Amino acid sequence: MSTKKFRPDVDAPVYKGGYSPYDIIKEGTIAIVVVGILVVLLAVVFGSPDEPAITIKKWSNAAPIDFATTALSELNGTSISASYGAPYNHNGPGQQLGPLALARWVGVRIPINSADDFVIDPLQSQPNNPALKSSLTAWETASASTRTTWVANYTKVAGHMTFTNGNVVVPAANAGPVPVMINDLTHMARTGALDTALLSGNGFYTTDYTKPLLFIADGSYLGDLAQKQHMLGNQWGMMNETGSYPGQPWLWLYTFWYQVPPMNSSSNGDIEVFAIMILLTLVLFFLPLIPGLRAIPRKVRLYRVIWREHYRDA
Amino acid sequence: MSTTEIERQWTTRLRHRAAGKLPPEKLLPDTQPSYVSSWIYVFGVATLSSLILVIVTGCLLALRGPSWWHGSFIGHFVNSLHLWSVEVFFFAMVVHLWGKFFMGAWRGGRTATWMTGVVTFLASLLTAFTGYVSQSNFDSQWISTQAKDGINATGGGAYFNVLNMGQMLMWHIVLLPLAAIVLTALHVILVRVKGVVPPYDDDATAVTTPEGATK
Repeated sequence: MSTKKFRPDVDAPVYKGGYSPYDIIKEGTIAIVVVGILVVLLAVVFGSPDEPAITIKKWSNAAPIDFATTALSELNGTSISASYGAPYNHNGPGQQLGPLALARWVGVRIPINSADDFVIDPLQSQPNNPALKSSLTAWETASASTRTTWVANYTKVAGHMTFTNGNVVVPAANAGPVPVMINDLTHMARTGALDTALLSGNGFYTTDYTKPLLFIADGSYLGDLAQKQHMLGNQWGMMNETGSYPGQPWLWLYTFWYQVPPMNSSSNGDIEVFAIMILLTLVLFFLPLIPGLRAIPRKVRLYRVIWREHYRDA
Repeated sequence: MSTTEIERQWTTRLRHRAAGKLPPEKLLPDTQPSYVSSWIYVFGVATLSSLILVIVTGCLLALRGPSWWHGSFIGHFVNSLHLWSVEVFFFAMVVHLWGKFFMGAWRGGRTATWMTGVVTFLASLLTAFTGYVSQSNFDSQWISTQAKDGINATGGGAYFNVLNMGQMLMWHIVLLPLAAIVLTALHVILVRVKGVVPPYDDDATAVTTPEGATK
Protein backbone atom coordinates (compact mmCIF):
# COMPACT_ATOMS: atom_id res chain seq x y z
CA MET A 1 0.00 0.00 0.00
CA SER A 2 1.27 3.42 -0.94
CA THR A 3 1.82 6.18 1.58
CA LYS A 4 0.95 8.97 -0.85
CA LYS A 5 -1.54 11.60 0.19
CA PHE A 6 -5.08 10.42 -0.33
CA ARG A 7 -6.87 12.12 -3.24
CA PRO A 8 -10.58 11.64 -2.61
CA ASP A 9 -11.61 12.07 -6.28
CA VAL A 10 -8.93 9.74 -7.59
CA ASP A 11 -8.20 7.16 -4.91
CA ALA A 12 -10.54 4.64 -3.34
CA PRO A 13 -10.46 3.99 0.41
CA VAL A 14 -9.45 0.63 1.79
CA TYR A 15 -12.58 -1.38 2.41
CA LYS A 16 -12.40 -3.08 5.78
CA GLY A 17 -16.03 -4.14 6.06
CA GLY A 18 -17.70 -7.47 5.58
CA TYR A 19 -18.62 -9.56 2.59
CA SER A 20 -21.98 -10.99 1.62
CA PRO A 21 -22.86 -14.09 -0.41
CA TYR A 22 -23.27 -13.28 -4.10
CA ASP A 23 -24.52 -15.74 -6.72
CA ILE A 24 -23.60 -13.97 -9.96
CA ILE A 25 -24.99 -16.71 -12.21
CA LYS A 26 -28.33 -16.82 -10.39
CA GLU A 27 -28.58 -13.04 -10.41
CA GLY A 28 -27.81 -12.88 -14.14
CA THR A 29 -30.35 -15.57 -14.95
CA ILE A 30 -33.08 -13.86 -12.94
CA ALA A 31 -32.25 -10.53 -14.60
CA ILE A 32 -32.55 -11.99 -18.10
CA VAL A 33 -35.90 -13.59 -17.22
CA VAL A 34 -37.29 -10.40 -15.65
CA VAL A 35 -36.07 -8.14 -18.46
CA GLY A 36 -37.32 -10.70 -20.99
CA ILE A 37 -40.83 -10.66 -19.45
CA LEU A 38 -40.79 -6.85 -19.44
CA VAL A 39 -39.74 -6.74 -23.10
CA VAL A 40 -42.41 -9.27 -24.14
CA LEU A 41 -45.08 -7.27 -22.29
CA LEU A 42 -43.97 -4.02 -23.94
CA ALA A 43 -43.90 -5.68 -27.38
CA VAL A 44 -47.37 -7.20 -26.91
CA VAL A 45 -48.94 -4.00 -25.58
CA PHE A 46 -47.24 -1.40 -27.77
CA GLY A 47 -45.84 -3.29 -30.80
CA SER A 48 -43.57 -1.28 -33.09
CA PRO A 49 -44.10 1.28 -35.85
CA ASP A 50 -43.72 0.39 -39.51
CA GLU A 51 -45.05 3.21 -41.64
CA PRO A 52 -44.40 2.10 -45.25
CA ALA A 53 -41.69 3.90 -47.17
CA ILE A 54 -42.96 6.43 -49.66
CA THR A 55 -42.09 5.90 -53.30
CA ILE A 56 -41.62 8.42 -56.07
CA LYS A 57 -44.72 6.86 -57.62
CA LYS A 58 -46.73 7.59 -54.50
CA TRP A 59 -45.30 11.10 -54.19
CA SER A 60 -45.95 12.06 -57.82
CA ASN A 61 -49.51 10.74 -57.69
CA ALA A 62 -50.32 12.43 -54.38
CA ALA A 63 -48.59 15.73 -55.17
CA PRO A 64 -47.80 15.99 -58.91
CA ILE A 65 -47.16 19.74 -58.79
CA ASP A 66 -44.65 19.31 -55.95
CA PHE A 67 -42.98 16.54 -57.92
CA ALA A 68 -42.82 18.55 -61.15
CA THR A 69 -41.55 21.63 -59.32
CA THR A 70 -38.87 19.53 -57.66
CA ALA A 71 -37.86 18.06 -61.02
CA LEU A 72 -37.55 21.61 -62.34
CA SER A 73 -35.37 22.55 -59.36
CA GLU A 74 -33.03 19.69 -60.27
CA LEU A 75 -32.77 21.12 -63.77
CA ASN A 76 -32.29 24.75 -62.77
CA GLY A 77 -29.88 23.90 -59.98
CA THR A 78 -31.92 25.29 -57.08
CA SER A 79 -32.74 22.01 -55.31
CA ILE A 80 -30.99 21.07 -52.09
CA SER A 81 -29.10 18.27 -53.84
CA ALA A 82 -28.17 20.38 -56.85
CA SER A 83 -26.60 23.08 -54.67
CA TYR A 84 -25.34 20.84 -51.85
CA GLY A 85 -21.59 20.77 -52.29
CA ALA A 86 -19.43 17.94 -50.94
CA PRO A 87 -19.72 14.98 -50.86
CA TYR A 88 -22.19 15.16 -53.79
CA ASN A 89 -20.91 17.97 -56.03
CA HIS A 90 -18.99 21.24 -56.14
CA ASN A 91 -22.07 23.44 -56.36
CA GLY A 92 -22.17 24.63 -52.76
CA PRO A 93 -19.67 25.81 -50.16
CA GLY A 94 -20.64 23.15 -47.61
CA GLN A 95 -20.65 23.81 -43.91
CA GLN A 96 -17.69 25.31 -42.10
CA LEU A 97 -16.61 25.59 -38.50
CA GLY A 98 -14.52 28.72 -38.53
CA PRO A 99 -11.69 27.99 -40.96
CA LEU A 100 -12.46 24.25 -40.95
CA ALA A 101 -14.26 23.16 -44.14
CA LEU A 102 -14.11 19.44 -43.42
CA ALA A 103 -16.61 18.31 -46.05
CA ARG A 104 -14.95 20.35 -48.78
CA TRP A 105 -11.53 19.07 -47.81
CA VAL A 106 -12.69 15.47 -48.09
CA GLY A 107 -14.18 16.30 -51.48
CA VAL A 108 -16.82 14.83 -53.80
CA ARG A 109 -16.98 11.11 -53.09
CA ILE A 110 -20.61 10.36 -54.01
CA PRO A 111 -20.99 12.30 -57.28
CA ILE A 112 -24.51 13.60 -57.93
CA ASN A 113 -25.40 15.67 -60.99
CA SER A 114 -29.00 16.50 -60.22
CA ALA A 115 -30.05 17.42 -63.77
CA ASP A 116 -28.50 14.32 -65.34
CA ASP A 117 -29.08 11.81 -62.54
CA PHE A 118 -32.65 12.76 -61.65
CA VAL A 119 -34.05 14.04 -64.97
CA ILE A 120 -32.08 13.46 -68.17
CA ASP A 121 -30.72 9.95 -67.61
CA PRO A 122 -34.07 8.50 -66.42
CA LEU A 123 -35.86 10.08 -69.40
CA GLN A 124 -33.32 8.54 -71.76
CA SER A 125 -34.28 5.11 -70.47
CA GLN A 126 -37.86 5.61 -71.71
CA PRO A 127 -38.54 3.62 -74.92
CA ASN A 128 -40.91 4.32 -77.83
CA ASN A 129 -41.60 7.98 -77.23
CA PRO A 130 -40.67 9.98 -80.36
CA ALA A 131 -41.68 13.36 -78.89
CA LEU A 132 -39.53 12.77 -75.82
CA LYS A 133 -36.65 11.48 -77.93
CA SER A 134 -36.81 14.61 -80.05
CA SER A 135 -36.87 16.81 -76.95
CA LEU A 136 -33.89 15.05 -75.44
CA THR A 137 -31.96 15.40 -78.69
CA ALA A 138 -32.74 19.13 -78.68
CA TRP A 139 -31.53 19.36 -75.07
CA GLU A 140 -28.32 17.47 -75.71
CA THR A 141 -27.40 19.40 -78.83
CA ALA A 142 -28.20 22.82 -77.33
CA SER A 143 -25.48 25.02 -75.91
CA ALA A 144 -25.23 25.50 -72.18
CA SER A 145 -26.51 29.06 -72.44
CA THR A 146 -29.54 27.96 -74.50
CA ARG A 147 -30.37 25.30 -71.91
CA THR A 148 -30.08 27.90 -69.18
CA THR A 149 -32.43 30.22 -71.07
CA TRP A 150 -35.01 27.46 -71.60
CA VAL A 151 -34.95 26.44 -67.96
CA ALA A 152 -35.08 30.05 -66.79
CA ASN A 153 -38.09 30.77 -69.03
CA TYR A 154 -39.87 27.68 -67.73
CA THR A 155 -39.05 28.64 -64.16
CA LYS A 156 -40.66 32.07 -64.71
CA VAL A 157 -44.05 30.50 -65.53
CA ALA A 158 -43.74 27.54 -63.16
CA GLY A 159 -45.63 29.45 -60.49
CA HIS A 160 -48.76 29.05 -62.65
CA MET A 161 -48.22 25.32 -63.09
CA THR A 162 -51.34 23.13 -62.96
CA PHE A 163 -51.91 19.44 -63.25
CA THR A 164 -54.74 18.97 -65.71
CA ASN A 165 -56.02 15.72 -67.23
CA GLY A 166 -52.88 13.89 -66.18
CA ASN A 167 -50.49 16.47 -67.60
CA VAL A 168 -48.27 19.15 -66.18
CA VAL A 169 -49.44 22.38 -67.77
CA VAL A 170 -47.69 25.75 -67.71
CA PRO A 171 -48.39 28.96 -69.66
CA ALA A 172 -46.57 29.19 -72.97
CA ALA A 173 -42.94 30.15 -72.62
CA ASN A 174 -39.89 29.96 -74.81
CA ALA A 175 -38.70 26.91 -72.88
CA GLY A 176 -37.65 24.59 -75.70
CA PRO A 177 -37.93 20.91 -74.72
CA VAL A 178 -38.28 21.58 -70.99
CA PRO A 179 -42.13 21.36 -70.82
CA VAL A 180 -42.05 17.96 -72.53
CA MET A 181 -39.24 16.74 -70.29
CA ILE A 182 -40.94 17.80 -67.07
CA ASN A 183 -44.30 16.41 -68.17
CA ASP A 184 -42.83 13.09 -69.32
CA LEU A 185 -40.75 12.72 -66.17
CA THR A 186 -43.96 13.22 -64.17
CA HIS A 187 -45.71 10.57 -66.27
CA MET A 188 -42.75 8.27 -65.75
CA ALA A 189 -42.80 8.89 -62.00
CA ARG A 190 -46.55 8.24 -61.72
CA THR A 191 -46.16 4.78 -63.30
CA GLY A 192 -43.36 3.81 -60.91
CA ALA A 193 -40.75 3.67 -63.65
CA LEU A 194 -38.67 6.45 -62.10
CA ASP A 195 -38.29 4.52 -58.84
CA THR A 196 -36.64 1.75 -60.83
CA ALA A 197 -34.64 4.04 -63.11
CA LEU A 198 -32.94 5.80 -60.19
CA LEU A 199 -31.76 2.46 -58.82
CA SER A 200 -30.76 0.75 -62.04
CA GLY A 201 -27.59 2.82 -62.30
CA ASN A 202 -26.04 0.40 -59.82
CA GLY A 203 -26.88 -2.72 -61.81
CA PHE A 204 -29.43 -5.48 -61.25
CA TYR A 205 -28.80 -5.88 -57.53
CA THR A 206 -28.66 -2.79 -55.40
CA THR A 207 -28.98 -1.77 -51.80
CA ASP A 208 -27.97 1.86 -52.33
CA TYR A 209 -30.89 4.30 -52.23
CA THR A 210 -28.83 7.48 -52.26
CA LYS A 211 -30.30 8.91 -55.48
CA PRO A 212 -34.02 8.29 -54.88
CA LEU A 213 -33.71 9.44 -51.26
CA LEU A 214 -31.96 12.66 -52.26
CA PHE A 215 -34.59 13.30 -54.94
CA ILE A 216 -37.53 12.60 -52.60
CA ALA A 217 -35.98 14.76 -49.87
CA ASP A 218 -35.65 17.65 -52.33
CA GLY A 219 -39.46 17.84 -52.56
CA SER A 220 -41.91 19.05 -49.95
CA TYR A 221 -44.00 15.88 -49.77
CA LEU A 222 -41.65 13.91 -47.49
CA GLY A 223 -41.26 16.88 -45.13
CA ASP A 224 -45.02 17.47 -45.04
CA LEU A 225 -45.60 13.88 -43.97
CA ALA A 226 -42.79 14.12 -41.41
CA GLN A 227 -44.28 17.30 -39.98
CA LYS A 228 -47.57 15.47 -39.34
CA GLN A 229 -45.54 12.84 -37.46
CA HIS A 230 -43.75 15.55 -35.43
CA MET A 231 -40.41 14.60 -36.95
CA LEU A 232 -39.12 17.90 -38.30
CA GLY A 233 -35.83 19.22 -37.01
CA ASN A 234 -37.55 21.95 -34.99
CA GLN A 235 -39.85 19.27 -33.55
CA TRP A 236 -36.91 17.32 -32.07
CA GLY A 237 -37.24 15.20 -35.20
CA MET A 238 -34.00 13.23 -35.12
CA MET A 239 -34.99 11.39 -31.97
CA ASN A 240 -38.64 10.79 -32.88
CA GLU A 241 -40.23 8.08 -34.96
CA THR A 242 -43.68 7.63 -36.46
CA GLY A 243 -46.59 7.05 -34.12
CA SER A 244 -46.52 7.32 -30.35
CA TYR A 245 -43.24 5.52 -29.81
CA PRO A 246 -40.23 6.66 -27.81
CA GLY A 247 -37.85 6.71 -30.79
CA GLN A 248 -34.28 7.47 -29.82
CA PRO A 249 -34.59 9.54 -26.61
CA TRP A 250 -30.89 8.90 -25.95
CA LEU A 251 -30.23 11.45 -28.72
CA TRP A 252 -31.97 14.19 -26.73
CA LEU A 253 -28.84 16.22 -26.10
CA TYR A 254 -27.79 16.09 -29.75
CA THR A 255 -31.28 17.14 -30.85
CA PHE A 256 -31.48 19.80 -28.14
CA TRP A 257 -28.73 21.90 -29.71
CA TYR A 258 -30.76 22.20 -32.92
CA GLN A 259 -33.53 23.92 -30.95
CA VAL A 260 -31.42 26.78 -29.56
CA PRO A 261 -29.66 29.78 -31.12
CA PRO A 262 -27.45 30.15 -32.99
CA MET A 263 -27.60 26.56 -34.24
CA ASN A 264 -31.33 26.63 -34.98
CA SER A 265 -30.85 29.26 -37.68
CA SER A 266 -27.19 28.91 -38.61
CA SER A 267 -26.18 27.80 -42.10
CA ASN A 268 -23.42 25.87 -40.32
CA GLY A 269 -25.75 24.47 -37.67
CA ASP A 270 -24.93 20.80 -38.29
CA ILE A 271 -21.17 21.15 -37.91
CA GLU A 272 -21.66 23.44 -34.89
CA VAL A 273 -23.86 20.84 -33.16
CA PHE A 274 -21.39 18.10 -34.03
CA ALA A 275 -18.53 20.14 -32.63
CA ILE A 276 -20.40 20.70 -29.36
CA MET A 277 -21.24 17.01 -29.06
CA ILE A 278 -17.69 15.91 -29.81
CA LEU A 279 -16.41 18.30 -27.15
CA LEU A 280 -18.96 17.09 -24.59
CA THR A 281 -18.16 13.47 -25.45
CA LEU A 282 -14.46 14.09 -24.87
CA VAL A 283 -15.30 15.70 -21.52
CA LEU A 284 -17.35 12.64 -20.57
CA PHE A 285 -14.57 10.29 -21.69
CA PHE A 286 -11.80 12.11 -19.84
CA LEU A 287 -13.97 13.06 -16.85
CA PRO A 288 -11.94 10.98 -14.36
CA LEU A 289 -8.90 13.10 -15.29
CA ILE A 290 -10.53 16.54 -15.09
CA PRO A 291 -10.13 18.24 -11.69
CA GLY A 292 -13.28 20.00 -10.60
CA LEU A 293 -15.64 17.91 -12.72
CA ARG A 294 -14.51 14.67 -11.11
CA ALA A 295 -15.18 16.23 -7.70
CA ILE A 296 -18.86 16.87 -8.47
CA PRO A 297 -20.19 13.51 -7.22
CA ARG A 298 -18.26 13.85 -3.95
CA LYS A 299 -19.64 17.32 -3.39
CA VAL A 300 -23.19 16.53 -4.50
CA ARG A 301 -23.19 13.63 -2.05
CA LEU A 302 -25.85 11.66 -3.87
CA TYR A 303 -23.65 8.68 -3.08
CA ARG A 304 -24.98 8.89 0.46
CA VAL A 305 -28.36 7.86 -0.95
CA ILE A 306 -26.93 5.21 -3.27
CA TRP A 307 -24.92 3.57 -0.47
CA ARG A 308 -27.29 4.54 2.32
CA GLU A 309 -27.23 1.04 3.87
CA HIS A 310 -23.46 1.10 3.98
CA TYR A 311 -23.35 4.50 5.69
CA ARG A 312 -26.20 3.57 8.04
CA ASP A 313 -24.37 0.41 9.14
CA ALA A 314 -20.98 2.14 9.36
CA MET B 1 11.90 -29.16 -23.59
CA SER B 2 13.01 -27.63 -20.32
CA THR B 3 10.69 -26.08 -17.74
CA THR B 4 12.37 -22.73 -18.31
CA GLU B 5 11.68 -22.96 -22.01
CA ILE B 6 8.02 -23.70 -21.35
CA GLU B 7 7.78 -20.80 -18.93
CA ARG B 8 9.13 -18.49 -21.62
CA GLN B 9 6.45 -19.47 -24.15
CA TRP B 10 4.05 -16.68 -25.10
CA THR B 11 1.11 -18.95 -24.32
CA THR B 12 2.40 -19.78 -20.83
CA ARG B 13 3.14 -16.15 -20.10
CA LEU B 14 -0.30 -15.05 -21.27
CA ARG B 15 -1.96 -17.75 -19.14
CA HIS B 16 -0.03 -16.72 -16.05
CA ARG B 17 -0.79 -13.07 -16.67
CA ALA B 18 -4.49 -13.71 -17.24
CA ALA B 19 -4.77 -16.00 -14.23
CA GLY B 20 -2.96 -13.44 -12.09
CA LYS B 21 -5.17 -10.56 -13.18
CA LEU B 22 -8.42 -12.45 -13.24
CA PRO B 23 -8.39 -15.64 -11.18
CA PRO B 24 -11.60 -17.71 -11.26
CA GLU B 25 -12.77 -16.35 -7.89
CA LYS B 26 -12.66 -12.84 -9.31
CA LEU B 27 -14.28 -13.76 -12.62
CA LEU B 28 -17.11 -15.65 -10.95
CA PRO B 29 -17.18 -14.39 -7.35
CA ASP B 30 -19.35 -16.01 -4.71
CA THR B 31 -19.11 -13.08 -2.32
CA GLN B 32 -19.16 -9.31 -2.73
CA PRO B 33 -18.32 -6.45 -0.38
CA SER B 34 -21.42 -5.68 1.66
CA TYR B 35 -21.76 -2.20 0.16
CA VAL B 36 -22.72 -3.83 -3.15
CA SER B 37 -26.35 -3.96 -2.06
CA SER B 38 -27.77 -0.77 -3.55
CA TRP B 39 -30.58 -0.73 -6.13
CA ILE B 40 -28.21 1.08 -8.49
CA TYR B 41 -26.34 -2.13 -9.24
CA VAL B 42 -29.51 -3.56 -10.78
CA PHE B 43 -29.10 -1.28 -13.79
CA GLY B 44 -25.69 -2.64 -14.76
CA VAL B 45 -27.08 -6.17 -14.71
CA ALA B 46 -30.23 -4.99 -16.55
CA THR B 47 -28.04 -3.38 -19.23
CA LEU B 48 -26.23 -6.66 -19.82
CA SER B 49 -29.46 -8.66 -19.78
CA SER B 50 -31.20 -6.40 -22.28
CA LEU B 51 -28.09 -6.42 -24.49
CA ILE B 52 -28.35 -10.21 -24.64
CA LEU B 53 -32.02 -9.87 -25.63
CA VAL B 54 -31.12 -7.24 -28.26
CA ILE B 55 -28.60 -9.66 -29.78
CA VAL B 56 -30.97 -12.67 -29.65
CA THR B 57 -33.90 -10.78 -31.22
CA GLY B 58 -31.56 -9.25 -33.81
CA CYS B 59 -30.33 -12.72 -34.74
CA LEU B 60 -33.95 -13.89 -35.08
CA LEU B 61 -34.64 -10.99 -37.46
CA ALA B 62 -31.51 -11.87 -39.42
CA LEU B 63 -32.72 -15.44 -39.96
CA ARG B 64 -35.36 -14.36 -42.48
CA GLY B 65 -33.73 -11.22 -43.85
CA PRO B 66 -34.37 -7.49 -43.71
CA SER B 67 -37.80 -7.51 -45.41
CA TRP B 68 -39.38 -10.31 -43.39
CA TRP B 69 -40.74 -8.21 -40.58
CA HIS B 70 -42.66 -5.89 -42.92
CA GLY B 71 -45.04 -8.57 -44.15
CA SER B 72 -45.16 -11.17 -41.40
CA PHE B 73 -47.05 -11.04 -38.12
CA ILE B 74 -44.36 -13.07 -36.39
CA GLY B 75 -41.63 -11.01 -38.01
CA HIS B 76 -43.26 -7.80 -36.85
CA PHE B 77 -43.55 -9.19 -33.31
CA VAL B 78 -39.86 -10.11 -33.31
CA ASN B 79 -39.13 -6.58 -34.49
CA SER B 80 -41.20 -5.26 -31.58
CA LEU B 81 -39.16 -7.41 -29.19
CA HIS B 82 -35.99 -6.04 -30.76
CA LEU B 83 -37.20 -2.44 -30.45
CA TRP B 84 -38.24 -2.74 -26.81
CA SER B 85 -35.06 -4.62 -25.89
CA VAL B 86 -33.17 -1.64 -27.27
CA GLU B 87 -35.33 0.85 -25.37
CA VAL B 88 -34.84 -1.05 -22.09
CA PHE B 89 -31.13 -1.43 -22.85
CA PHE B 90 -30.61 2.31 -23.25
CA PHE B 91 -32.77 3.19 -20.26
CA ALA B 92 -30.79 0.81 -18.06
CA MET B 93 -27.46 1.94 -19.50
CA VAL B 94 -28.16 5.64 -19.01
CA VAL B 95 -29.25 5.11 -15.39
CA HIS B 96 -26.16 2.92 -14.93
CA LEU B 97 -23.95 5.68 -16.36
CA TRP B 98 -25.43 8.40 -14.14
CA GLY B 99 -25.25 6.09 -11.15
CA LYS B 100 -21.59 5.41 -11.78
CA PHE B 101 -20.96 9.14 -12.15
CA PHE B 102 -22.50 9.94 -8.78
CA MET B 103 -20.56 7.04 -7.24
CA GLY B 104 -17.27 8.39 -8.64
CA ALA B 105 -16.78 4.93 -10.10
CA TRP B 106 -13.43 5.82 -11.70
CA ARG B 107 -11.70 6.04 -8.31
CA GLY B 108 -9.06 3.54 -7.28
CA GLY B 109 -7.52 2.92 -10.70
CA ARG B 110 -10.80 2.42 -12.51
CA THR B 111 -10.33 5.13 -15.15
CA ALA B 112 -10.14 2.55 -17.95
CA THR B 113 -13.37 0.97 -16.71
CA TRP B 114 -15.10 4.36 -16.99
CA MET B 115 -13.61 5.05 -20.42
CA THR B 116 -14.58 1.67 -21.88
CA GLY B 117 -18.09 2.28 -20.56
CA VAL B 118 -18.28 5.64 -22.35
CA VAL B 119 -17.01 4.17 -25.62
CA THR B 120 -19.47 1.29 -25.29
CA PHE B 121 -22.25 3.84 -24.88
CA LEU B 122 -21.11 5.62 -28.07
CA ALA B 123 -20.88 2.36 -30.01
CA SER B 124 -24.38 1.50 -28.82
CA LEU B 125 -25.72 4.88 -29.96
CA LEU B 126 -24.28 4.32 -33.39
CA THR B 127 -25.60 0.76 -33.53
CA ALA B 128 -29.11 1.92 -32.70
CA PHE B 129 -28.89 4.78 -35.18
CA THR B 130 -27.84 2.49 -38.04
CA GLY B 131 -30.76 0.25 -37.10
CA TYR B 132 -33.18 3.13 -37.48
CA VAL B 133 -31.83 4.12 -40.90
CA SER B 134 -31.73 0.55 -42.26
CA GLN B 135 -35.22 -0.62 -41.30
CA SER B 136 -36.47 0.30 -44.81
CA ASN B 137 -39.65 2.22 -44.00
CA PHE B 138 -40.75 5.84 -43.64
CA ASP B 139 -38.74 6.28 -40.42
CA SER B 140 -35.54 5.25 -42.13
CA GLN B 141 -36.26 7.51 -45.12
CA TRP B 142 -36.80 10.56 -42.95
CA ILE B 143 -34.12 9.93 -40.35
CA SER B 144 -31.47 9.14 -42.96
CA THR B 145 -32.23 12.17 -45.14
CA GLN B 146 -32.06 14.41 -42.06
CA ALA B 147 -29.01 12.78 -40.51
CA LYS B 148 -26.96 12.96 -43.70
CA ASP B 149 -26.46 16.71 -43.26
CA GLY B 150 -24.84 16.34 -39.85
CA ILE B 151 -22.51 13.56 -40.94
CA ASN B 152 -21.74 15.20 -44.30
CA ALA B 153 -20.79 18.41 -42.48
CA THR B 154 -17.99 16.54 -40.71
CA GLY B 155 -16.68 15.05 -43.94
CA GLY B 156 -17.62 11.59 -42.68
CA GLY B 157 -20.59 11.32 -45.00
CA ALA B 158 -18.24 10.71 -47.89
CA TYR B 159 -17.41 7.31 -46.41
CA PHE B 160 -20.33 6.64 -44.04
CA ASN B 161 -23.30 7.15 -46.38
CA VAL B 162 -26.49 6.98 -44.31
CA LEU B 163 -28.56 6.91 -47.53
CA ASN B 164 -26.91 3.63 -48.55
CA MET B 165 -29.19 1.11 -46.87
CA GLY B 166 -26.89 -1.83 -47.59
CA GLN B 167 -23.91 -0.12 -45.98
CA MET B 168 -25.94 0.91 -42.94
CA LEU B 169 -27.41 -2.57 -42.53
CA MET B 170 -23.94 -4.16 -42.58
CA TRP B 171 -22.69 -1.69 -39.98
CA HIS B 172 -25.82 -2.38 -37.92
CA ILE B 173 -25.66 -6.16 -37.93
CA VAL B 174 -21.91 -6.86 -38.19
CA LEU B 175 -19.40 -4.12 -37.43
CA LEU B 176 -21.04 -2.11 -34.67
CA PRO B 177 -22.53 -5.06 -32.72
CA LEU B 178 -19.09 -6.67 -32.83
CA ALA B 179 -17.58 -3.46 -31.44
CA ALA B 180 -20.30 -3.12 -28.80
CA ILE B 181 -19.94 -6.74 -27.69
CA VAL B 182 -16.12 -6.61 -27.50
CA LEU B 183 -16.24 -3.30 -25.62
CA THR B 184 -18.88 -4.61 -23.23
CA ALA B 185 -16.79 -7.72 -22.57
CA LEU B 186 -13.73 -5.56 -21.94
CA HIS B 187 -15.75 -3.32 -19.62
CA VAL B 188 -17.09 -6.26 -17.62
CA ILE B 189 -13.63 -7.85 -17.40
CA LEU B 190 -12.24 -4.58 -16.05
CA VAL B 191 -15.06 -4.46 -13.49
CA ARG B 192 -14.17 -7.98 -12.39
CA VAL B 193 -10.41 -7.28 -12.34
CA LYS B 194 -10.65 -3.98 -10.47
CA GLY B 195 -13.65 -4.85 -8.33
CA VAL B 196 -16.62 -2.66 -7.50
CA VAL B 197 -15.61 0.81 -6.36
CA PRO B 198 -15.90 1.30 -2.57
CA PRO B 199 -18.02 4.13 -1.14
CA TYR B 200 -16.47 7.52 -0.43
CA ASP B 201 -14.86 7.78 2.96
CA ASP B 202 -14.39 11.29 4.38
CA ASP B 203 -11.84 10.00 6.86
CA ALA B 204 -9.67 8.09 4.39
CA THR B 205 -6.02 9.06 4.47
CA ALA B 206 -4.27 6.17 2.74
CA VAL B 207 -4.11 5.35 -0.91
CA THR B 208 -5.20 1.83 -1.65
CA THR B 209 -4.80 -0.52 -4.57
CA PRO B 210 -7.98 -1.47 -6.44
CA GLU B 211 -7.71 -4.98 -5.10
CA GLY B 212 -8.52 -3.52 -1.70
CA ALA B 213 -12.13 -3.35 -2.80
CA THR B 214 -12.50 -7.05 -3.30
CA LYS B 215 -11.83 -10.08 -1.27
